Amino acid sequence: MPDTRDVVIIGSGPAGLTAAIYTARANLHPLVIEGELTSNTDQPGGQLMLTTDVENYPGFPDGITGPELMKSFRDQAERFGAEIRTAKAGKVEFSGPPHRIWIGDEEIEARAVIVATGARALMLGLPNEQRLLGYGVSTCATCDGFFHRGKPIVVVGGGDSALEEATFLTRFAEKVTVVHRRDQLRASKIMQDRAMANPKLEFEFDTVVEDVLGDDVLEAVKLRNVKTGDVKTLPVSGMFVAIGHVPNTDLFKGWLEMEDTGYLVTQHGSTFTNVEGVFAAGDVQDHVYRQAITAAGSGCMAAIDAERWLESTGDSSHTIDPTPRDW
Amino acid sequence: MAANITTLTDTNFNEEIKGSAEPVLVDFWAEWCGPCKMIAPMLEELADDHAGKIRVAKLNIDDAPATASAFHVMSIPTLILFKDGEPERRIVGARPKAALLEELSEFL
Repeated sequence: MPDTRDVVIIGSGPAGLTAAIYTARANLHPLVIEGELTSNTDQPGGQLMLTTDVENYPGFPDGITGPELMKSFRDQAERFGAEIRTAKAGKVEFSGPPHRIWIGDEEIEARAVIVATGARALMLGLPNEQRLLGYGVSTCATCDGFFHRGKPIVVVGGGDSALEEATFLTRFAEKVTVVHRRDQLRASKIMQDRAMANPKLEFEFDTVVEDVLGDDVLEAVKLRNVKTGDVKTLPVSGMFVAIGHVPNTDLFKGWLEMEDTGYLVTQHGSTFTNVEGVFAAGDVQDHVYRQAITAAGSGCMAAIDAERWLESTGDSSHTIDPTPRDW
Repeated sequence: MAANITTLTDTNFNEEIKGSAEPVLVDFWAEWCGPCKMIAPMLEELADDHAGKIRVAKLNIDDAPATASAFHVMSIPTLILFKDGEPERRIVGARPKAALLEELSEFL
């Protein structure tokens, strides 16, 4: 039987790593299962790893890049003794406490688990989109914008992420067309103003991408206006999709209560889930705010909830240095 | 950079790839690409662990745009394995070490 750990944190975005900083400082020796490398948002560090400039995280008046911000979070967690494993949790059994988590065949037992697996960006789900992934269809604007220098690009979506990507891509592209299925954008006022003022940005409202065209590389997208039914072909060398997110909760089906959309349900004003000793923080339980700062905030809440819960059950293997109540 | 990793440019590419007795895994990367940086340590390990079987080379696409374009690289990181000077295997996007070793197993 493996040693029982006090706290295991699954996920390493702002929520997971903030929970790691707090539980490490409380002397709970957390293990962070940070995930595995990919080129999409489901990777160590989370969605911010594919974000260029973070301009709204307090404390960085000149902005900071997503990867730099996440490296700082990680360094800070390690400084206080958090153990970080670059691996993916493959299976859980939340029948405790203690609860069990598997990395491959390795079983880990934990009194408290903090779930912070976040959300991943949705793709359109078209067969040709998968076929041309890496050949013009991209999941990473910061990685692949370069290849479309002087060429036309399409960005699908109407929220902040879509406009941020579209604005960033105008550094390279001859023209960026934003395709949005509704007649108005969801993005914040400041992002909209910035986008509208950008001469390289064009908009196709009430429009969806029906197909992605090209033999070996992306050559065009087929657009359909949902109001008029008009269909047209837009030649592009690149397509970037920012149409929303889906929570990474498949692992927890059957154990944790979730909404129809897959988001975890937490007790109002806390990070407690329906299972004793399992806490949830960050985008995995938040489809409303979805900010780095709110994720970090709820990671802190989860750490404090877990600390106090462990203290109340009295079976931590360590002496807990509780986070002061009058911080 | 690790001793076992060759740096490729538009000028030395042909010579290094065509003249190599072992298969060469070329990492198309750039300074501004986050996932490229994440896989870099893994490629250094691979070069050290499999020295003699396979060579690892890095090609910075900012410094060698002609070669990147000649192989239709449109997304980075892209890894292309060249055997006898010809591209044999192409891996687009970052992935964990175990998955990479699996995809390259026949060359290691």
